[in-house]
Amino acid sequence: MITKRIIACLDVHAGRVVKGVQFIDIIDAGDPAALAARHAREGADEIVLLDITATHEGRQTLLDAVRRTARELFIPFAVGGGIRSAVDAAHVFEAGADKVSVNSAALADPTLISAIGRSFGAQAVVVAIDARRDPQAADPVRDAQVFVQGGRKLAGRRAVEWAREAEARGAGEILLTSMDADGTRAGFDCELTAAVSEAVSIPVIASGGAGTVDHFIDVFGRGKADAALAASIFHFGVSSARLLKEELARAGVSVRLPC
Amino acid sequence: MRVTVIDYKAGNLTSVLKALRHLGAEPETTDGDLAAVESAERIVLPGVGHFQATERLDAAGLTPAIRAAIARGVPFLGICVGMQWLFAGSSEASGQRGLGHFAESCTHFRDGTEKVPHVGWNSLEVRAGSRLLSGVEPGEFVYFTHSYKAPVTADAAAITHYIDPFAAAVESGNVMGVQFHPEKSSTTGLKILGNFLAWKSEGAA
Repeated sequence: MITKRIIACLDVHAGRVVKGVQFIDIIDAGDPAALAARHAREGADEIVLLDITATHEGRQTLLDAVRRTARELFIPFAVGGGIRSAVDAAHVFEAGADKVSVNSAALADPTLISAIGRSFGAQAVVVAIDARRDPQAADPVRDAQVFVQGGRKLAGRRAVEWAREAEARGAGEILLTSMDADGTRAGFDCELTAAVSEAVSIPVIASGGAGTVDHFIDVFGRGKADAALAASIFHFGVSSARLLKEELARAGVSVRLPC
Repeated sequence: MRVTVIDYKAGNLTSVLKALRHLGAEPETTDGDLAAVESAERIVLPGVGHFQATERLDAAGLTPAIRAAIARGVPFLGICVGMQWLFAGSSEASGQRGLGHFAESCTHFRDGTEKVPHVGWNSLEVRAGSRLLSGVEPGEFVYFTHSYKAPVTADAAAITHYIDPFAAAVESGNVMGVQFHPEKSSTTGLKILGNFLAWKSEGAA
């Protein structure tokens, strides 16, 4: 039976793992290669490394971090942040990533999705969507506003329609972050996740708001997520992927165990 | 140990090479050097993406070279599209022929309520007697990402269930294929790649 994936997310700034709370406060949590290896040992199904303050100057630092992280990692490994072209993506793949996550650049030029997919396969292209509910919209959830530049700027797109377009252009997965929930540890936005997941056939990774095991049960059930991302829940020893999955299994969620 | 990895520009080889090196092998890649295939001790054909990409094998003259290597008893492992290529073809690219080592063809997952592609960790039902999957316990998980699948036949070494049962691995003599990505399947995947690297040919000429 296909299992629900638990993905450990490493937010990286200047080569170090940090975790933002609602995209603002930043606390240092360590070395990406060491943390990725630890998450893999502790049962994570996949690792995502996001360069949250990607700058042109910082690219080499990121590629070094990707190379070191990938070296001894034998589970899927995705990298995002600052990938603006198919050439940028190729560098990240050469450094050892299996998938790239594109966000602002795909919104600016949606043909980037198919350009990367042509060379590396659709499975290698994750489209990340940062969205916040729009109370003024007819449907505040489906029409959640999409943001770019790390949540700083409106993209002028709506979550569900942009997810559909990304799929049509050849995205392999959607990584959906609820900006309302991100960093709160108060639970995923299950309505938003379900709206996007039901609108596309590709897997949807839910992100933002993980705090307890019940939040994961909820997003895999009501939220119809195929995978869920967690960052701070692991880094500070709150839990491990294995402990989380053991509890999910007891609640009837299909997960990869033993792992 | 020498392993010839065929690069036909279908996705990214980094992970496969890394896993082979981790297991102590010395992989060498070739994208059209027939001599490398002719002298190969073991061949890995990776591949993600579209079945149409296998046309590059024909264009480079690699298809008959691989067929000859297989006839010499060189152990062969196809991964993902590399496994599907062992079949007669795939409905993903109906004009593009596979190697035809297995007579059947690959088809798209049936439409329904389940998502396609099939992405994630799924379990293996291993057929008794499989050498490639030796040591893999019932229910061990491996990582898949694909929309097309190979049928379950007598050559299936493992079956996985998603929408319908499909061949997660095939094994016939020294010719093997896995639909999943062993290089991304943690300790289970490394065990399977290790079995391939330790493979002793049967009936080698």
